[in-house]
Amino acid sequence: MNLYDFLSTTQEMAENRGPHDHVVLSSRVRLARNLKGHPFPGRAKKSDRVEACELISAQVAGLASMRGGYVESMSSLQALDKQLLVERHYISREHAAKSAGSGLALSKDESVSIMINEEDHLRMQSILPGLQLKQVWQKIDRVDTNLEARLQFAFHDRLGYLTACPTNLGTGIRVSAMLHLPGLVLQEQINQIIQAVTKLGHAVRGLYGEGTEALGHIFQVSNQMTLGESETDIVERISKVLLQIIEHEENARQTLLKNKTTELHNYVGRAFGVLAHARIINSKETMNQISLMRMGTSMGMFPTLTLAALDELFLISQPAHLQHLLGAKHAGEERDVHRANLLRERLAGVKGLQLPK
Amino acid sequence: MKCCQCDKEATVHLTEIIEGQMKKIDLCEECAKEKGVTDPAGFGLADLLLGLGASQQIEDAAAGGQLSCGACGFTHTDFKKAGRLGCPDCYETFSEALEGMIKQMHKGTQHHGKVPRALRKAKDLSKQRTSLQERLTRAVGEENYELAAQLRDQIKGLDAHPTEEAAD
Ligand SMILES: [Zn+2]
Ligand SMILES: [Zn+2]
Repeated sequence: MNLYDFLSTTQEMAENRGPHDHVVLSSRVRLARNLKGHPFPGRAKKSDRVEACELISAQVAGLASMRGGYVESMSSLQALDKQLLVERHYISREHAAKSAGSGLALSKDESVSIMINEEDHLRMQSILPGLQLKQVWQKIDRVDTNLEARLQFAFHDRLGYLTACPTNLGTGIRVSAMLHLPGLVLQEQINQIIQAVTKLGHAVRGLYGEGTEALGHIFQVSNQMTLGESETDIVERISKVLLQIIEHEENARQTLLKNKTTELHNYVGRAFGVLAHARIINSKETMNQISLMRMGTSMGMFPTLTLAALDELFLISQPAHLQHLLGAKHAGEERDVHRANLLRERLAGVKGLQLPK
Repeated sequence: MKCCQCDKEATVHLTEIIEGQMKKIDLCEECAKEKGVTDPAGFGLADLLLGLGASQQIEDAAAGGQLSCGACGFTHTDFKKAGRLGCPDCYETFSEALEGMIKQMHKGTQHHGKVPRALRKAKDLSKQRTSLQERLTRAVGEENYELAAQLRDQIKGLDAHPTEEAAD
């Protein structure tokens, strides 16, 4: 099956919304599983990897939850396809580098994706828009339960599910959420938040770019420990933390509006100015400016714009999505011109900031 | 500054706060790429630090004798290179070396989460059997032969139809 016939359009993807999505972009739960009696993918010989991949792919394809889904070997995907899947957060960058002996499965609605022979034999994830951690956990839990009737997973009485890296041992669970936190960044409160959250044993990192210079003001919060606590406890603990972060971000935005009104309008207005008029723009600047406009939109400054429209813009200005849209490979500079054209086109009908009198 | 994986010149310098502690790490271009450091979403400094610490512990535990996994032939040298274990059996082979590290890394050393259904059934069954056996011994001791006979039948039933008994 052609990947692009299968995948939802960027518009469909962006219009799929979830609770608290003015701050939480997406919720994700990933489970790591390995086959009993097989070396981990990193250790396995190529023939072993191919064998394990075929065995797993066949069983995954037979799951009821994968009916109408997409199951393929990584060797049948082009570099651009893989990059595009990374931009949609369906596969990891590491997995995108894989080829024969590794595979990918996507459920029909794309909420479940399974990487076969990444670092572990199986990395199964469920992803949904907004804050829906409990839902994604239940979804992937069901997939796992159905798979374990068909495959024998490596499990230790005391240590739980055995994984290639001891950091994933036990539950093999990684619970994470992608957060949009421009208010906390502009208010210079982000470092405090990061420190408080890490103290609770969770990891926070900028999703794009390095360190605190997070592009698009997007951060990922995830659990660090996987052994010694049940999956539901981990999910609940992180959900509580997220609700608090949401509250802090909302407060930061309101404080900006109240105490630094002109500065806030200046940030958002300039972002719109750049995106609506630039002739050359790279993806880094695009992410940062869309981020500011996204905050402004959630605060009612662009009545004709929706968060969905901006989230779609964010997605299609990513390198692989842009290249796919243009239908041809373009050099960096040329791409920046095309990106600017696309943004101007999409924002053509939007009036400037609409402020209450 | 030298790369902490090999001895080449380090060009990538990273810091991350892990449980309130600032950790620093220096890598050369190649090792950074190999570890996926170019991708902040996929990269966990914890994983990397762990790999380095663990290889040292495994090396210490091996102390001269080369410890290797009977199932996959994995050695501590491999761990140092990959930062990952070779197969599920490696957890038994290197259990001594891994113990301390797992304790440091996680909330506990006992799994409290999901258990595969097949194992859960077997576990429930053996628990059920033990408890029946205990009650039987007591019944015999109390010379309650009627109860003892009932319990004996129940145990026989468990052995004959283990899956039926544990079905939910
Ligand atoms: Zn190096
Ligand atoms: Zn092994």
